[in-house]
Amino acid sequence: MSVDQTITAVEAQAPPRHRVRLPLAGMIGAAIVAFWVVVAIIGPYIAPHDVGALVDDGFGPLRWGQPLGSDYLGRDVLSRILVGARYSIGVAAAATFLAILMGGTLGMLAAVSRGLVDMMLSRFFDGLISIPSKMSALIVVAALGSSIPVLIVTIAVIFTPGAFRIWRALAVNVNALDFVEVARARGEGTGYLIREEILPNIAGPVLTDFGLRFVFAVLLLSSLSFLGLGVQPPNADWGSLVRENMNGLAEAAAAVIVPALAIAILTIGVNLLIDNLPGRGSSAGEH
Amino acid sequence: MNLAVLRLVLVRIATAILTLAFVSAAVFAGTEILPGDVAEAVLGQNATPEAIEGLRQALHLDAPAYVRYFLWLGALLSGDPGRSLVNNLPVAGLIASRLPNSLMLAGVTAVVSVPIALTLGILSAIWRGSLFDRVASFLTMSVVAVPEFLIATLCVIIFAVHLHWFPALSYADGIVSLHQFFRVFALPVFTLSCMLIAQMMRMTRAAVIDTLRSSYIEMAVLKGAQPMRVALIHALPNAIGPIANAVALSLSFLLGGVVIVEIIFNYPGLARVLVDAVSVRDMPLVQACVMIFCATYLFLVMLADIAGVLSNPRLRH
Amino acid sequence: MAPLVKVEGLRVTARDERGRNSVIVKDVSFEVQPGEVVALIGESGSGKTTIALSLMGYARSGARIAGGSITFDGRNVLGMRQRELSSLRGRDIAYVPQSAAASFNPARPLLKQVIESSQLHRVMSQAEAEAKAVSLFHELVLPNPERVGERFPHQVSGGQLQRLLAAMALVTDPKLVIFDEPTTALDVTTQIEVLRVFKKAIKERVTTAVYVSHDLAVVAQLADRIIVLRDGAIREVDTTARILTEPKNEYTKSLLAAAEPLERTATINALQATSAPPVLEVKSVLAGYGAVDREGIPALPVLRDVSLTIKSGTTLGVIGESGCGKSTLARVIAGLLPAARGEIMLNGVKLPLSAAERTRDQLRRVQIVFQTADTALNPARPIGRILGRPLEFYHGISGDKQRRRVAELLDMVRLPAIMADRYPNELSGGQKQRVNLARALAAEPSLMLCDEVTSALDTVVVAAILDLLAELQRELGVAYLFISHDLSTVKAVCDEVMILYAGQMMEHGSRSALRQRPLHPYSNLLISSVPELRQGWLDGINETVLKEASAGVARPARGETCSFFERCSVRIPGCCDVEPTPFRQLSKGARIRCQRTEEELMQPTVR
Repeated sequence: MSVDQTITAVEAQAPPRHRVRLPLAGMIGAAIVAFWVVVAIIGPYIAPHDVGALVDDGFGPLRWGQPLGSDYLGRDVLSRILVGARYSIGVAAAATFLAILMGGTLGMLAAVSRGLVDMMLSRFFDGLISIPSKMSALIVVAALGSSIPVLIVTIAVIFTPGAFRIWRALAVNVNALDFVEVARARGEGTGYLIREEILPNIAGPVLTDFGLRFVFAVLLLSSLSFLGLGVQPPNADWGSLVRENMNGLAEAAAAVIVPALAIAILTIGVNLLIDNLPGRGSSAGEH
Repeated sequence: MNLAVLRLVLVRIATAILTLAFVSAAVFAGTEILPGDVAEAVLGQNATPEAIEGLRQALHLDAPAYVRYFLWLGALLSGDPGRSLVNNLPVAGLIASRLPNSLMLAGVTAVVSVPIALTLGILSAIWRGSLFDRVASFLTMSVVAVPEFLIATLCVIIFAVHLHWFPALSYADGIVSLHQFFRVFALPVFTLSCMLIAQMMRMTRAAVIDTLRSSYIEMAVLKGAQPMRVALIHALPNAIGPIANAVALSLSFLLGGVVIVEIIFNYPGLARVLVDAVSVRDMPLVQACVMIFCATYLFLVMLADIAGVLSNPRLRH
Repeated sequence: MAPLVKVEGLRVTARDERGRNSVIVKDVSFEVQPGEVVALIGESGSGKTTIALSLMGYARSGARIAGGSITFDGRNVLGMRQRELSSLRGRDIAYVPQSAAASFNPARPLLKQVIESSQLHRVMSQAEAEAKAVSLFHELVLPNPERVGERFPHQVSGGQLQRLLAAMALVTDPKLVIFDEPTTALDVTTQIEVLRVFKKAIKERVTTAVYVSHDLAVVAQLADRIIVLRDGAIREVDTTARILTEPKNEYTKSLLAAAEPLERTATINALQATSAPPVLEVKSVLAGYGAVDREGIPALPVLRDVSLTIKSGTTLGVIGESGCGKSTLARVIAGLLPAARGEIMLNGVKLPLSAAERTRDQLRRVQIVFQTADTALNPARPIGRILGRPLEFYHGISGDKQRRRVAELLDMVRLPAIMADRYPNELSGGQKQRVNLARALAAEPSLMLCDEVTSALDTVVVAAILDLLAELQRELGVAYLFISHDLSTVKAVCDEVMILYAGQMMEHGSRSALRQRPLHPYSNLLISSVPELRQGWLDGINETVLKEASAGVARPARGETCSFFERCSVRIPGCCDVEPTPFRQLSKGARIRCQRTEEELMQPTVR
């Protein structure tokens, strides 16, 4: 049979409701994400050593007690990674949540209000988004110094314009649909339109957006930490661990590679999960 | 080129200038949020009141913020972004000594990556669903999803530590031969190119696939055109705008990547100046460096948009 | 004679985005003889396009030809390799798709695209191909045939693009041409000319053709034989004459019945009761989009000086082609797009122009019902909640009382009460449209604005919805503003009709006045352009009508002059395009907007 695999998407019939089932890749992604979330919560309790305790000399070898060796001061690398999950995941998640809260709300508001409100908000965020994220982060850190609250708020502010754009675009699509017009003609207020008509219909794509933005936040935070401008000692996230042990790359590669791999596994996991979420990009909410 | 296109291009340039003005205000505001007195912070607690007062005068700290903004902007535009707060050297000089190195790094990377990324992206789109496409998709997704320093670290471990092909650290000064040039640039450029190609290839693939979904592509297939002809003659000319956009957005990735790469390879470029300035809070230097990076980025995006306008047949004819 | 095309037991499956397979074409067999025009007719989802494409060995992404055999000119199409298929496509079998605007590559000049297949298959030299294309352009009555090929797709109108597509198909003299709804995207007045040149081209060449359409009246003009499809299977195959006059299959009969809806009797009593103020009165409304200038006129005016009245319990039909401003009219009345000028009166009381300034009771009395039932219902909410909200919002009804009322409303639109728990995507198109109506009824309105409520539905469902509308009007006394592009639907349900063209009202009168002369020149063109369900209708069209039809696109005129000027056969240059057009009261009772007097319009050839 020689039939082209081409081009135009076939318009599918509206699917009936049924239970959500993830493909294998999605399951793997979900498992990875779940694993790290659990580690972030219980990490300090399962760590074999205290994060500050010196277990041997700097860059000690891998052995039973320290399966990943020790860092430049002689602290257990595995324990530091388990505890570092808290910072890497916690700060990124908090920042993403805050960014979506601000950007998402304003985005939907702009879409529903249209006119002047929409124009002003859009122009403002267009301006902000034209500053590369690392640059914004460097400015704020230069001005305020680095601390956990500053990092959370800074990363949140940096990702707010992006969240605004996506949410606004999604909401504008839904807003143009007739059922929103009907509600508007009925005399419904802005709050009702956002809550009842828009929000439930962008839930799917918005979840994807949260995942993507979380990945960006994890990467930005670890980059900052890697530059020494993120999480400050004695605390350490995964990016800080890479930085601390960079000099030992030749003798104790695990102390550098494993924290970096932890970040990679987390972000790839999130990507796998959101790429395989059902109803991705469709406006129909799962009910 | 007709008048409508000229107008669009001019409008786009004007928008870019306005955006740059907005960005400068944002950058200035960002550096202004520091609580307390800059003069005291700079001179330390043991400084005499006279010294502090003198610095306040010099920095116009008594003037309202918007006045200082315009003073700063005026100085920046006239090519004199002030002096470093840390070593009192002119910022312009500090930047001038490093900027060419960064431009060299970014330029070489772009020259290497753009053709590779576009070719692979377009092929991936044409052969979408094939083994090549699936492997490429997974690889690029992985590269995009991991931190830049992981790639850089892996490169160092493999090529410098284990294979001893290249030095782990790069010093651009005193390059005399092509061989040295290659040795110095190979690792940083390779690292940056990995990230850039992954990013750009994904976006190019998406742009071309989007075009391949059009009805006129189906029409070309039904006229009996072979797949390669369909892709090159029918799809590509219509994908120039989106591809240019993909290239520009990916080049912004390059800016971020340059920061990491310069640190890891100890490369004496502008990004390292910036990171050092941030860690010692040398505000005039930070402001100037950030403005250079932002302006470069805005310029690239503007070029991409103009390429999009010029490639749009609806506007051209 | 051996058939040119022989399809046996064709089966096509499609995989949806969740990875489930369904059969979209089931065991279809038919033949096409050389020189014959065979029509595949059916509604959306009947598999007609899928079958047509599979004749070229082609399936769209997601679909797969799973079984059966297709023989073309003695060769097995489904057994061919990629390269053989490519040499077949465009050379021996040519395809004319539905949307011309989307099917031309925006980046390449038209002539290059028209002759591309001849160059790909090395049928002739480039110079020969270009000469042939130009002669085809002449034949297909394209304006400026020598130069039109230098242009780009966006510079040419939709009707002309469709003819260029036909030229593209014919340039290699293929053995078979597949027309896939080639005129569906066009307005009726544009369609007629395209149909005529297609027919001429087919007949003169004795081309073998497969013509895919949903429109029986169009197919009746062109096809020798008709294959009626439903749900991917053949229901009936017969000659065109037999299908039209003595259909055997029940489904064919219902298609025929639906194509010419019965006209219901006018609500004459209501029309004559003149004492009460009309339920809606619109006075010289001007509305549009874009920035507003100093005099309050928007940059892109869509409606200019439109007035109308609807008497209580009656239906006013608004008819016009796409882009004439009919949907904007509904939005203006509902207050969604506040008019820049003019007045809207509801039961004799002036309404604020913007919905935001209207009282809840004023909002309640005017309800709007939209075209696509698919997008008119919130997919994330169950039907019960969708119907419950207006009850709560306007009448404060909640809890058990609301549930009972929802069940009543569902009953009113002939849906079972259990529907209240379903979500919109579990309903069929017709069911959704019923829910859509029920939601408007929940408000207990005195006027419903129905914006193309039947356009997205299959013909068989349309009749049922129209019946329902009539019944609701009888029971509840609600008035309708019924907007449609389809003259037969409007004639079937409306007491009065208003004809819009490029934002101007051209004629406004009772339904019966549409059958009496004189008509406004545009009304005349519109009425004569609607295909009739009989063979030979197309051949009997008179030349003046065709000339107007081919004269291009609707373009709003500046100021108060006539928009129809460029296409009008009785225009008076120097008058119609300069002077504001007056309204005239005709003796048949209708009002028209025209420079010509009633006497002038009565004469067959004014000039």
